[in-house]
Amino acid sequence: MNMLEIEDLRVTVDGKEILKGITLSVPAGEVHAVMGPNGSGKSTLSYTLAGREGYEVTGGHVYYNGEDLAALAPEERAAKGVFLALQYPVEIPGVATLIFLKTALNAQRRARGEPELDALRTLKLVREKAAALKIGEDMLRRPLNAGFSGGEKKRMEVLQMALFEPKLAILDETDSGLDIDALKLVAEGVNALRSPSRAMLVITHYQRLLSYIVPDRVHVLAGGRIVKSGGADLALELEQSGYEHVVEAA
Amino acid sequence: MAAVRETTERVADLAGEKYKYGFVTDIEMERAERGLNEDVIRFISAKKNEPEWMLEWRLEAFRRWQQMTEPNWARVHYPRIDYQNIYYYAAPKSQKEAPKSLDEVDPKLLETYQKLGIPLSEQKLLAGVAVDAVFDSVSVATTFKAKLTEAGVIFCPISEAIRDFPDLVKKYLGSVVPVTDNFFATLNSAVFSDGTFVYVPKGVRCPMELSTYFRINASETGQFERTLIVADEGSYVSYLEGCTAPKRDENQLHAAVVELVALEKAEIKYSTVQNWYPGDEEGRGGIYNFVTKRGDCRGRASKISWTQVETGSAITWKYPSCILRGDDSVGEFYSIAITNNYQQADTGTKMIHLGKNTRSRIVSKGISAGKAQNTYRGLVSVHPKAANARNHTQCDSLLIGGDCGAHTVPYIESRNPSAKIEHEATTSKISDDQLFYCLQRGIPQEEAVALIVNGFCRDVLQQLPMEFAVEAQKLVGISLEGSVG
Repeated sequence: MNMLEIEDLRVTVDGKEILKGITLSVPAGEVHAVMGPNGSGKSTLSYTLAGREGYEVTGGHVYYNGEDLAALAPEERAAKGVFLALQYPVEIPGVATLIFLKTALNAQRRARGEPELDALRTLKLVREKAAALKIGEDMLRRPLNAGFSGGEKKRMEVLQMALFEPKLAILDETDSGLDIDALKLVAEGVNALRSPSRAMLVITHYQRLLSYIVPDRVHVLAGGRIVKSGGADLALELEQSGYEHVVEAA
Repeated sequence: MAAVRETTERVADLAGEKYKYGFVTDIEMERAERGLNEDVIRFISAKKNEPEWMLEWRLEAFRRWQQMTEPNWARVHYPRIDYQNIYYYAAPKSQKEAPKSLDEVDPKLLETYQKLGIPLSEQKLLAGVAVDAVFDSVSVATTFKAKLTEAGVIFCPISEAIRDFPDLVKKYLGSVVPVTDNFFATLNSAVFSDGTFVYVPKGVRCPMELSTYFRINASETGQFERTLIVADEGSYVSYLEGCTAPKRDENQLHAAVVELVALEKAEIKYSTVQNWYPGDEEGRGGIYNFVTKRGDCRGRASKISWTQVETGSAITWKYPSCILRGDDSVGEFYSIAITNNYQQADTGTKMIHLGKNTRSRIVSKGISAGKAQNTYRGLVSVHPKAANARNHTQCDSLLIGGDCGAHTVPYIESRNPSAKIEHEATTSKISDDQLFYCLQRGIPQEEAVALIVNGFCRDVLQQLPMEFAVEAQKLVGISLEGSVG
């Protein structure tokens, strides 16, 4: 059984059909990349998987570990191990990062029937994971994402991924707005989380990120459909000849 | 069931003690007649065994009140109040009328208590199931009182102070909020039921937070509460008013007066959590809260700090203010006002700079949800002699949903060219992006709203004494339940 099984998925946003029948499966232990030009439906796919309101599934199915995702609220999906690293992480003024992490971690644990962690144990856990991403105490005390640089925001997303240990991680344009050093740091963080029990969907416009996070499969999304799939080489081909070429050929 | 029997016996003892403090008198008539006239005022004064001067004070207030008209400048709307159709004196409810057990209390109320994590004994107390809970709190109050007496601090019902410390009361009562100050304050002066008196002697740092909570045996102060706090030279006191739990209350009109006096180098910190019945989801019922609160920084280098968390009442009309009379004195106002459903709040502060080098700081956080209207109304006034006066005002409004309103009405008057006055204001919404982000991280919607709003209020919550702050945070979440989605 694949961890993620998308069958002929159709999604409408504001009355407009954006995804027009996507079929895609990702087994545990693999990293798949979804590449595509602007407006191809990449972010719609990630929001739909996370269950965002306003993304209406009008056809097809998404199965996660055999369970129909459509039946689950976004926070239930999170508790069951679906994680979406956002392209634009949101600022929450006045809420210390550490408080946010503790609230989220314990909400997930509560939903799974696990005991909540106290402040001290959360702090220990967060510090452990933060060190690898060069996230200091100071950043943990600041309000979540408020005034963070682009790189800091993305590292914070990866920190949360490390903390929540999802089974299915979706990374939406995690490379956008990063300089090369920040990109490397983030990619290292993601690579450290590759595991036989975890599936990842890396959504990106550019090949650049995939030099650091090497995917098992690459899918090209255009006009709301997967127009081509292949190995890691496909990303390089796209980089050289452009989307237009691949889309037309398909 | 032995415990129950024991408790009942203790309560029987207590009845005697209560009598001693004068909270319950040998009442033949439970209530004064409906409406207000001089006889009713004489009746109230007599019930409280007041001296003649106090009665005269009340009567004078009443005569003035009759010539006054109700103010209508606030951004609140309510049906006309018929002042002749209200009972101005009702004896505290007897044990016979009170609910016998928690089973008789509104389950919704109990649900809220549970969410706030209030122990069972206190739940009974708050819901008016007087019996064993009163005993618990009174025993705490007794130890408490001993410590205060040692420090020389007077902390008692104002009715008691009028009899036992008439000179102090005469000197300060009405000295901050004059009898004729405004319609509601004048009404209060005529008919006030009871309240709190605090006097902290020279150089004394009050050894503990004073809280109405510990005076719960006097909680039936009724709708016209009167509070007077005097901090003598170089003293410090922190006073907590109210309770995070919603209180059972059958009086619709509340018109309290609070007066604070800080003498040279004294500091008063006054914190309020107001969580009276806000009315139902359709806007039916709820308390009308018309309060006059004012502090006088009478001495040099004195300081008065107001912190309020206002989540209750159908209508809130309240402007805790500071008169910065002494040179180098400091006034602060930190406020969180949350309105949901059909609640209306018109609240803010007045900072009156009279002395040199006086400083004031205002931080106001207004949150509106549902169909509520929330207004910040504030005055910063710098008089000609107030050289180098400084004020900083920060007014932030947060809107939840599209049917509510936030309004900011700052008045600034400066008559001294050396004054520095800064005003910042923001209005924001809880965005769909913020909510989705929280949901995606596993935080359910109501918890997410509470988290975001608590973040918004952080600057003010930090000003509350620790034990209050934790409960206030929970209260913020509870007040906004059902406001999204």
